[in-house]
Formats: sequence, structure tokens, C-alpha cells
Amino acid sequence: MDAWLFEIIGKFNYWIYVVLMMTGFYAMIRKNNLIKKLLGMNIFQTAIILLYISMGSKVGGKIPILDKEQALAGAVQVADVVNPLPHVLMLTAIVVSVSVTGVALAVALRIYKEYGSIDEDQILERIGKS
Amino acid sequence: MQYSDSLVPLIIIFMAMAGIFPIMLAGNKPSLRSKFIVGVAVLVFVTVAAQVPAIFGGQVLTCTLAKVLPGAWIKLRIDAMGLMFALVASFLWIFTSFYAIGYMGSLKEHAQTRFFVFFAIAIGAALGVAFSANLLTLYLFYEVLSLSTYPLVAHDQTEEAYAAGRKYLTYLLGSSIAFILPAIFLTYYYTGNLDFADNVRSGIFSGAVPPNVVRLIYVLCLFGFAKSAIMPLHRWLPAAMVAPTPVSALLHAVAVVKVGVFSTTRVMLYFFGVETMDSLGLGMPTAYFVSITIIVASMVALTKDNLKARLAYSTISQLSYIILGVALLTPQGISGGLIHIANHAFSKITLFFCAGAIFVASHKKNISDMNGLGRLMPFTFGAFAIASLSMIGAPPVAGFITKWYLFLGSLEAGQVGIILVLVASTMLNIGYFAPVVYRAFFASPMAGKSGEGLREAPLIMVIPLCCSAFISILIGFYPDFLMTFVKGVLG
Amino acid sequence: MNHNLPVLVLAFPLLAAFAVNLLGKISKKHVAPWTLASLILSAGTSLWVLKDVLQNGKFSYTVGGWMAPYGIELVLDPLSALMLVMVSWVALIATFSALPSIKKEMPGREHLFFSLYLILICGMMGLVITGDAFNLYVLLEITSITTYGLIAMGKGRAPLSSFNYIIMGTIGACFYLLGVGYLYLLTGTLNMADIASRLPALYESPTVATAFCFLIVGVWIKMAFFPLHGWLPNAYTYAPKGASVLVAPLMTKVSVFLMIRIMFSIYSPEYDFLMHLGIKNLVVWAATIAIVGASLIALTQKDFLKMLSYIVVAEVGYMVGGVWLANQEGLTGAIFHILNDSLMTLCFFLVASAIAYRTGSSRIADFRGLFQKMPLTMLALSVGALSVVGVPPTCGFFSKWYLLLGGVEAGQWEFVAALIFSSIVNAVLFYRVFEVAFSHSEEEPSLKFENSRILETSPMMIPPLVVIPVVLLVIGLSAGPLVREVIRLAVPAL
Repeated sequence: MDAWLFEIIGKFNYWIYVVLMMTGFYAMIRKNNLIKKLLGMNIFQTAIILLYISMGSKVGGKIPILDKEQALAGAVQVADVVNPLPHVLMLTAIVVSVSVTGVALAVALRIYKEYGSIDEDQILERIGKS
Repeated sequence: MQYSDSLVPLIIIFMAMAGIFPIMLAGNKPSLRSKFIVGVAVLVFVTVAAQVPAIFGGQVLTCTLAKVLPGAWIKLRIDAMGLMFALVASFLWIFTSFYAIGYMGSLKEHAQTRFFVFFAIAIGAALGVAFSANLLTLYLFYEVLSLSTYPLVAHDQTEEAYAAGRKYLTYLLGSSIAFILPAIFLTYYYTGNLDFADNVRSGIFSGAVPPNVVRLIYVLCLFGFAKSAIMPLHRWLPAAMVAPTPVSALLHAVAVVKVGVFSTTRVMLYFFGVETMDSLGLGMPTAYFVSITIIVASMVALTKDNLKARLAYSTISQLSYIILGVALLTPQGISGGLIHIANHAFSKITLFFCAGAIFVASHKKNISDMNGLGRLMPFTFGAFAIASLSMIGAPPVAGFITKWYLFLGSLEAGQVGIILVLVASTMLNIGYFAPVVYRAFFASPMAGKSGEGLREAPLIMVIPLCCSAFISILIGFYPDFLMTFVKGVLG
Repeated sequence: MNHNLPVLVLAFPLLAAFAVNLLGKISKKHVAPWTLASLILSAGTSLWVLKDVLQNGKFSYTVGGWMAPYGIELVLDPLSALMLVMVSWVALIATFSALPSIKKEMPGREHLFFSLYLILICGMMGLVITGDAFNLYVLLEITSITTYGLIAMGKGRAPLSSFNYIIMGTIGACFYLLGVGYLYLLTGTLNMADIASRLPALYESPTVATAFCFLIVGVWIKMAFFPLHGWLPNAYTYAPKGASVLVAPLMTKVSVFLMIRIMFSIYSPEYDFLMHLGIKNLVVWAATIAIVGASLIALTQKDFLKMLSYIVVAEVGYMVGGVWLANQEGLTGAIFHILNDSLMTLCFFLVASAIAYRTGSSRIADFRGLFQKMPLTMLALSVGALSVVGVPPTCGFFSKWYLLLGGVEAGQWEFVAALIFSSIVNAVLFYRVFEVAFSHSEEEPSLKFENSRILETSPMMIPPLVVIPVVLLVIGLSAGPLVREVIRLAVPAL
């Protein structure tokens, strides 16, 4: 029991990411409402972003803005600053995620105009009728 | 044997296929188109015939087109066996061209340009099969032939024609893709080579290939070339008879079915080789297996009243003679089989020409309606009688030569069973041909249906059929020319 | 080599994308010349790159002068150079068909369409030459987002199909991103070569296996590997013809290439095929099921484009199976088939666009009389069909040949059987199309020819319809030297 608790608490950030990701994944696959699907997609992407960020963070780590002289002199301990690279990567990923969401919303809008609904079952029903 | 590089095989095939362009361009002017059709046929035949001296002199002309896979190239070659077939096919193409122009013109058929274009492609493909130097190339032309004859079979564009066309392609393409491609593939995998051997003895399979794999490949080849119409893969041939008669004549007496047996025998002789076939015990089972086709197809022919259907089943039966002869694996048997490629071609094309001429003149398709027609159409039925004799194997017509060698071959092989099959099949041949001739000449016309106004078909149709009948007799008297090819094959 | 060439290949369409958008606003006349000019330049340069790589070997370009592993590296080995040529040439040829069909389908919006179109091409070219795992993700999303947009521009069900594609595509891309995350966690680097050099020491770690699974499944979704193909058929069917003619031949094939990149440039054959022995057979079986399943579904389709889409899905099975046969012949076949299949698919979609342009329909039942009305188009379709069935001397035969050799060598007979089965199914499929197209009755022409004055189809669509069948035959006839001198070099060493 203790070992189990330790597993969860010690790596709580990863557990959160897994739970979030599964929530998002479930919504994307299972929900009929297109907007809910999109929300799931965003949760899914956010979970991955959290994973990357928690990869780069360190207990007690400082902001990685360094003095050039100090850095060149080798006076900076790597363990003292958080890893900036995952943040940078995630900036890109956020941009990507925003643009996908944008495109998806635009498409959803067109679907709504076309069929007057954002519920997948209803849309398929209307396609079947026409 | 002396090998030399030459562009001749390529040029011949190219000439036949390029022939479609002038035919297409002259599409609106039937008389000019007819001249081109005949011109192309004559040109191709002359070029093929010009190769005879070289091949008789022991030369083999080869031509490599593309090195597509290591050890398996697209390659052509002219040797004795291929040239014999090419000669027969291109020679009969000339007759058929005349005949087809007459037939299509008399019946005012639609889409004649398309018909002649695909006809030329089909002949080009048949020549390609004759000149293939390996199984890959042979397969390639074989498929071109299947595809290019589809528009000819479905020419009428009626439901029946489409159904026949579908059956035709299903059998031919289906079997070749399902059987021949795997056979090619297995051979390549085990030997790394697809070229036909130099002689009929050794084949290309060395002792290293497991015998059961060779047997499997053999069976795949035997059934894959469904154009040879071995039962149970024969159903397409009677169905394809809905095509216009010139198609039935050339394609289903010469080009298509002969390509089938040519491919089968080519593979048996040059791919497996007599020795391999003998040591693996493939010859006799094949001979007995095709005997079933010979007998059963003849029996079915007896029951058919439609003349073309009867001829179709007769073709199925006669094709298996060729395979039977080669499967005996004795020199006499192989001679009988190979020479039958030519003999059957001349005789059967005569029969189909006659069937077409009867249809054009009287619009009659059924044998039971032909009472007394022989007296009104003496030339047509005379030729029919001669060709029937050839099918039966009576001297002095071409078919006799075949039967003679087949009997000798079975004696050589010591197979009494095969002799019995030959005797039985001869009886059956008489059974289904004699009534036709008898009705035409001796039965009195049916009451109420006078033959008033019935005459021979146009001359352009009657002359070719008389010529081909005459050639059947000629071969019967002078088989030496064809035998030279066979000797070239046997080495 | 001129060291900037690889970037130039990408730069032409990227810059043209902006030019088309801006100048297209002013006048639609500017769209076609800019699009074509940039693609011609790009295609020409890509050939130059390939020639150079074949002569001088692998070459890497550091973007902005930042050295690998810190900067982004573009890797040009024979395989990626070959893919670059394929992408740029297929895109160029497809454009000849896309221009007239888009002009007809969405008049007034060509500039919007073609700026997305050019960015998509640029993204695909980037995908095949990038040597950086994260950069690959970004490019993957660039191609995906542009594809979503292009597909959604279609009529009727297109937006819905596009939406499904967005959901599936995002799952695929996120899986890939997760995989990259795990690899970064383990190795601290994103450069493929750098990861590859650090990874072998960690091969035992379950995290490596997890990352592998995520990466591979991610690209499988992107390539529509059966049964992850759900998004593809509708997307390709309802998209504007000008979009599907570009996307269908390239997108799945580029994804197969990405799988090869992941398996051989990030991981190694030892890991892929030896660490978890059962996986190899399992994937080949999955590929077998993919081929058979997609072929069977294709048989039930009544719409020509839907049928083609399922053929595309079946062909993905060929290539995935070929790679996972884990031998030289299978890989040769798979890579050769990437090339051939993209050309065959291009051929089919060119034909479909031409027919849709002329008749406005893609239902097979509406194809009556096409042989008479559009002989050239049907001739192109015939050659394409022969190739996809695998009849020599078309190129499809030869790649299938190597795949079969690989299957036999690996002893995976089920894969061999599936290949033959799918050949026969393809023969049936196209036979049915031809039978309809061949039939016609003079009295009741069922074909609604919208504009009977035009010759066969738009004059711009004619050159590709002539070129592609010839290319299919030429590649087939030169299969020997092509495999020996190009494909073999591109095959990763086993």
C-alpha cells in the first residue's frame, strides 16, 4: 500500500498527465457532439504539453535566464536551472494546437451551417435523408 | 545452334501492332481501310516468312528489350517452334483479313474500325507469344492477347456478348494471374532464371530444386494457360462463340487457343524439358488427364445442334491432342503434337469460315436447319467436308499426319490406353462431323422451307475458305515443310 | 554540391504560397503561373539534389548555420532524396489537373486554395528531408492542417469528413509527439542521428518500447493503416478533386516513409526486428489483414473515388508489410512500391478528376460510354489498372515482385497469399469499371456531358494523362537499373 501511494505521490505530475490524456482521448472517441470532441482534443494536447513541461522542471530549479559571462565561465550549475528546451518546444506545440483548434472550429461552423446541428448522429441522420 | 542478336522479332511484332494506326486513320473510308488491313497482314507474313531460311540454317535470333529483373529480362527470340507458330498465325491472318472484310461488310456490322484495330493488336500479341524467349515475356504478351480480344468477343454489345466477355476474361485473366504469376515467381525464386532452355531435353530446373516444387510449378502452368481449354477450364471457349465468326475463326481456331497450347507445350518442352518431365513422372499423367478432355469434349460436341458450338467443342477436343502428343515425351509423339498446331489451324479455320459463310448466305446457325444446303452451296460444303476429314484424321488430309505420328508416339511409349483414346476419339469425330456433311448433301430440304434465292456467300469469303481447305490437303501430301520445323525443335 | 539546394526545393513553393495569396487577391490570372513556376523550379532542383546525392553520398544541411544536434538538420540520403523527387514531381503533375478543376469547382477562391496547396507541398518535402524528430512533428502538423483545410473546401459531406480527419489526425500527431517526448526524456536530444547514437545503450528500457509504440502507431494513423483507416475514404472522396489529386498519391506514402525513418534512422533494425521477436510477425499479419480487409471493402463500393480510396488503404498494407518482412527484398519492394503506388494513385485520381470535370460524377454507374467519349482518359486508366493489378511490364508488377520475394524469403506465406488475393480483387474492381465504361447505347446516352464542346476534358488535364501512363511503363521497363542503382542505395542496411 505504501509503495503504491509512493508511486502515485512521487510521480503525481505524470499521473495527472495520464488521467488528463485519457479524459481527452475518451471525449474525442466517444462523444457525439463535435464541440465536445474538440474540447477533448484540447485536453489531450494540453496533457502532452504538461508532460513535456514536467520533464523539464527540476525541484528548486531557477528560471533559465543566465548571465552570459557567468555561463561562459562555467559557473552555472545545470541542476540549478530548469531545462528551457521543452518550454520552447511546447510554445510551438501550443501554436500548432491553437491552429488545429481554429481550423476545426471553422470546419465545425461550416458543418453547422450545412446541417443545422453539431451532433454527429443527427448529422448522419440528415445525410441519410437527403 | 547459333545465336545472333537481331531486331527482327521486335520489328515483326511492332509492324503488326503499328498496323492499327493506318487502319484507324482510314476508319471512315472502308475501301482504303480494307487495303491497309490486308497490306499489314501481307507485310507481316512476308517478314515472318523471310526468317525461315535462317532458322532452317540452325540460327536463333534474339533481342533483349529491357533488363527488368536480374536474370529475368524482357527478351524475344525466334527459334523453330516459335517461327512455325508465327508462320501459321500470320499466314492465316491474310485469309482471315479477306474473309473478315467480306463478313463484316455483308452483315453491315457496327464499329468495324475498332474490330480491325483490336484484331491487329491480337495478332501482334500472338506473334509476341511465339517469339518470347522467357516465361515473363510470354506472360506479358499472353495478357495483352487476353485483353485485346475482349472487345472482339463482346463486339455485339448485347447482354449475351457481355456475359460471354465476362466469362472469357474471368477464365483467362483469372487463371493466368492466379496460376501463372505464382509459377513465374516460384521458378524465379528457386532458379533465379526464367529463360527457356536451348533444347527440349534439359529444361531449366536443376536437381537442386525440390521435385515437389517443380511438380507444383508444372501443374500451375498446365492450368494457368487456360487458353488451351483443358477441362475444367474450357467453359470460356463455347461462350466466346457469340463473337462474329471471323473472330471465332482466327482467334478461337488459331490465335487465342493456339497461343494457349503453344504456351503449354513451350513450357513443357523448353522450361521443364523432356528429361525432367520424364524423371518426375509428369508426362503420362498429363497425357491421360488431357485424354479425358479429348473424349468428353467430343461427346459434348455430339449433342450440340448449333454449328459453331459443335465446332467449339471439337476445338477443345483437338487442342488436347497437341498436349497429349507432347506429353508422350517421345520424338514421334512430340512431332505429332507440334505439327497438329498447324494442321488443326488450317482445318479448323476452314470449318469456321464455312460456318460464317453459311450464316451470311442463309442466316442459319443450327445443323438441323441445314438439310440440303450443300447442293446450293457446293464450294462451302465441299471445303467443310475436306476439313472434316482432316479433323477425323483420314488420309490424305492434314489431320492424318497428326494421327499417324500420335499413334507411332503412343506405340513408342508403349501406352495402349492412349491408343484406345485415339481410336475412340476418331470414332466420335466421325460421329459429329459426318451428319453435318450428310445432311447438307443428301438430306432433302425440309418441307415449306424452300431454298429459293440461296446462293454461295460473297466470293471474298468463299475463296479464303477454299484456299485453306486446299492447303489442308497440301499438307497431307507434303508434310515435309512443317516437319522441318519439328525436326528443328527436336534438334 | 551547392549547399543551399535542398532548402531551395522547399523555398520555391513556400514563397510562391504567399505570392499566390497576395497577387491572387488582385487577379486570379496570377495563380496558375506562380504555382506552376515554383513547382517546376522545385521539381528541377530536386532532381539535381538526387543526382548529387547518388554521386557523392549522404549530405546534411544545417538550417541557419546552427550545427547539429542543436540546430535543425536536413538529411539528404538516397532515400530521402528519392522521396523529395517523388513528392515534387507528383505535386507538379497533379497541379496540371488541380488548376482547371479548382477553377471550375470554386471560382473566385483559387488563390486561397492554392496557397494552402503550396504550403502542403512544402510541408511534405520538409517531412521527407528533416533530420530532427520534433521538427518532423511540426511539419507533420503543417501538412495535416493544410490538408484539413483543403478537404473542408469541398462540397456536401466534405466538412464532416474533414472534421473526422482532424480528430484522427490529431490523435496520430499527438501519439507521435508523445513518443518523441519519451525519447527526449531518455536521451535529452531531438536530432534523429543523435538519438540513434544514444539509444542502443537503453534498448532494454520499457520506455524505449513505449516510445516506439507511440511513434509507430502515430504514423500508422497518419498513413491510414487498416483498421486505423476510418478517416481516409470519405476525406478523399468528398474533398475538392484538386485536393485529392495531390493528397491521395502523396500523404499516405510520405507517412510510410516516416515509418521507415523512425524504424531505421531513430531505431535500428536490431531493435525493430530482434528485440521483440513476436512483433515482426504480428505486424506482417496485421498488414495481411489490412490488404485483405481493404480489398474486400473496395469490392462493395459503388463510387469510383471510394473504391480508389480503399485500394490506397490496401496498398498501405503492402508497404507496411514489406518493411516488416525484415529482409532486403521486402524493403526494396516496399520502397519501390512507395514510388510506384504514388504514381499509380496519381494516375487514378487524375483520371477521376478528368471524368468529374467532364461529367460531374464519380459514380461507376455513370461511366457508361466513357471509352468512346474520353478514350485518352480511359487508356490512362487501363495502364494504371494493369499496374495496380500487377501485370508486367507496368511498374506495379516489379514492386510486387520484390514484395513477394521478400515474403517467401521471410516465410510469411500469408502475406504472399494476400498480395495475390489483392491482385485478383483489383482485377475484378477495374474490370467492373471497364465493363460499364465500354458499354454504351447510342439512343440513350446516360452521361450528362455538361459541356459537349470541350474536346475530352480540360486541355490542361491532357498532358498528365499522357505522361503518367508512359511513366508507369517506363519505370516498369527500367525496373532493373532503377532498383540496382537507386532503390538499393535507398534501402537501409539490415
